[in-house]
Amino acid sequence: MTDRLPGFSTLAVHAGAQPDPTTGARVTPIYQTTSFVFNDADHAASLFGLQAFGNIYTRIGNPTTAVLEERMAALEGGTAALAVASGHAAQVVVLQQLLMPGDEFIAARKLYGGSINQFTHAFKSFGWNVAWADPDDIGSFERAVTPRTKAIFIESIANPAGSITDIEAIAEVARKAGVPLIVDNTLATPYLIRPIDHGADIVVHSLTKFLGGHGNSLGGIIVDAGTFDWSKDNKYPMLNEPRPEYHGIRIQETFGNFAFAIACRVLGLRDLGPALSPFNAFMILTGIETLPLRMQKHCENAKAVAEFLAGHSAVASVNYAGLASDKYNRLARKYAPKGAGAVFTFSLRGGYDAGVSLVSNLKLFSHLANVGDTRSLVIHPASTTHSQLDDEAKVRSGAGPDVVRLSIGIEDKEDLIADLEQALVV
Amino acid sequence: MNHDAYDDNYIRSILNNVKSIAMVGASPVNVRPSYFAFKYLAQRGYDMIPVNPGHVGKSLLGKPFVASLRDIGRPVDMIDIFRSSSHIMPVVEEALTLSPPPKVIWMQLGARDDAAAAKAEAAGLKVVMNRCPKIEYGRLSSEISWMGVNSRTLSSKRAPIPTQGMRLSLNRMSVGGGATAASDRAAKNKSEPT
Repeated sequence: MTDRLPGFSTLAVHAGAQPDPTTGARVTPIYQTTSFVFNDADHAASLFGLQAFGNIYTRIGNPTTAVLEERMAALEGGTAALAVASGHAAQVVVLQQLLMPGDEFIAARKLYGGSINQFTHAFKSFGWNVAWADPDDIGSFERAVTPRTKAIFIESIANPAGSITDIEAIAEVARKAGVPLIVDNTLATPYLIRPIDHGADIVVHSLTKFLGGHGNSLGGIIVDAGTFDWSKDNKYPMLNEPRPEYHGIRIQETFGNFAFAIACRVLGLRDLGPALSPFNAFMILTGIETLPLRMQKHCENAKAVAEFLAGHSAVASVNYAGLASDKYNRLARKYAPKGAGAVFTFSLRGGYDAGVSLVSNLKLFSHLANVGDTRSLVIHPASTTHSQLDDEAKVRSGAGPDVVRLSIGIEDKEDLIADLEQALVV
Repeated sequence: MNHDAYDDNYIRSILNNVKSIAMVGASPVNVRPSYFAFKYLAQRGYDMIPVNPGHVGKSLLGKPFVASLRDIGRPVDMIDIFRSSSHIMPVVEEALTLSPPPKVIWMQLGARDDAAAAKAEAAGLKVVMNRCPKIEYGRLSSEISWMGVNSRTLSSKRAPIPTQGMRLSLNRMSVGGGATAASDRAAKNKSEPT
């Protein structure tokens, strides 16, 4: 007889956590400490040599953060995870394990504006070169592959318009190219889409958004699917060659199917330093406990608001994959049957000026640069999150001057619609 | 036995029941995976025996090396083989000549020999391939959770504080098999010729 396996909501509450060994505290305590005492010199040496399980220093690992890591690995169906200070930090740490100076990675054009900036400018100074591809044209990924390509990076539900990416088709391109597929799953969360089930090798998140869910704590995470063979063709020396900083151990040989997460921890986080605060880990863990309930409400509200806007005379178009008429609806039904997320864009007949006026007239929606909050949020991407892009790149990434982005919260949907209605009329 | 994806109960019963483990290919070099695993399993209370003809006369954490399984000179519950796949069969054949034979043949992470496994299973032994007993013990006890690894288990009981030589409970609620579905699929694809 096989045991009954717990479902997603049970994992969201329990995975990684158990009552505290010393106090019996049922909620995961905040271990707000920089460091942990060793039992003796041998224990210290074992921990530093990666021979024993345990805690050394919060820049390498922390018991509160470890609960968050295991919970996210469980929810995504990965073998292990590493939490870091932000989604941006997760991306740096991931690519540091994969790319050497002069190497390339392919990224979807439709991305969070901050990622476009990071890939274009910050990573250029590391000698990591990005090649852009169009997620609506799978052939553009195939054509971008070169002998120096080391990874492919996409978003599952893509910023800013909430378009849905054909993960399986791009995973196939990655498989043929012999490189890992990295999926930023921030806007979907594992409740809506589990990229590993569709062929992703690495999943990254900004935990700051729907996972934390309350707009109070920054965080990022890297989930290792345990699917990629890092020893093949010796393309990934960080994982496959003896590491001088650990007396010659080979990470993949030693850690098997969670080697990538370990490399990110002991070669990435340890040396680059973007550690997550244990307090933030605690806040995000608390948020994740209600993730399934919140995502259901986010999606229900988003669909109602999108339907309202689609029928409004001042609105030129609505991009929400949950609408039957949307060009991404087929992919949404395949990849995100429980809901198409709660971040989408629409454009106003009155163009830029109408967008500015709408944002200033809203009373319940907050004008700010975040998504995935309990509160409903509004922003004009062209002048904010995507402002560093040139005009052509703005339009190409779905952030043209007439576009307004919404992140729908968990308020009563009637109140959100009424707020938009009064703001559009004025 | 499905060697592509082990049920947790299978791994759990092995780790709960064996007391002595002979590690073939154990290394005294403290950066080798076999050294890590030997040390950890000794700390968790297993009676460990290092087997390596290249190190006879030396000892590993106080345990003298023996040259071969026959030289152990007493019954042993499990043979943990730290050799590559092509070197497994002779070790299994030697194990089957022992009297009494061991109860379990365990092949380390990266090692798999289906013919050797079939031979051991035909003689009534349990076989585990391409897994590490240190990782599996750490996973089922959730001690490995300190490293952000998905233990694939849950428990609402107070966690233990592990001390030297302490056996941990491995009887937590399972969330799935030994690895995740995706990593099991990937391992299976890797082992099949393409």
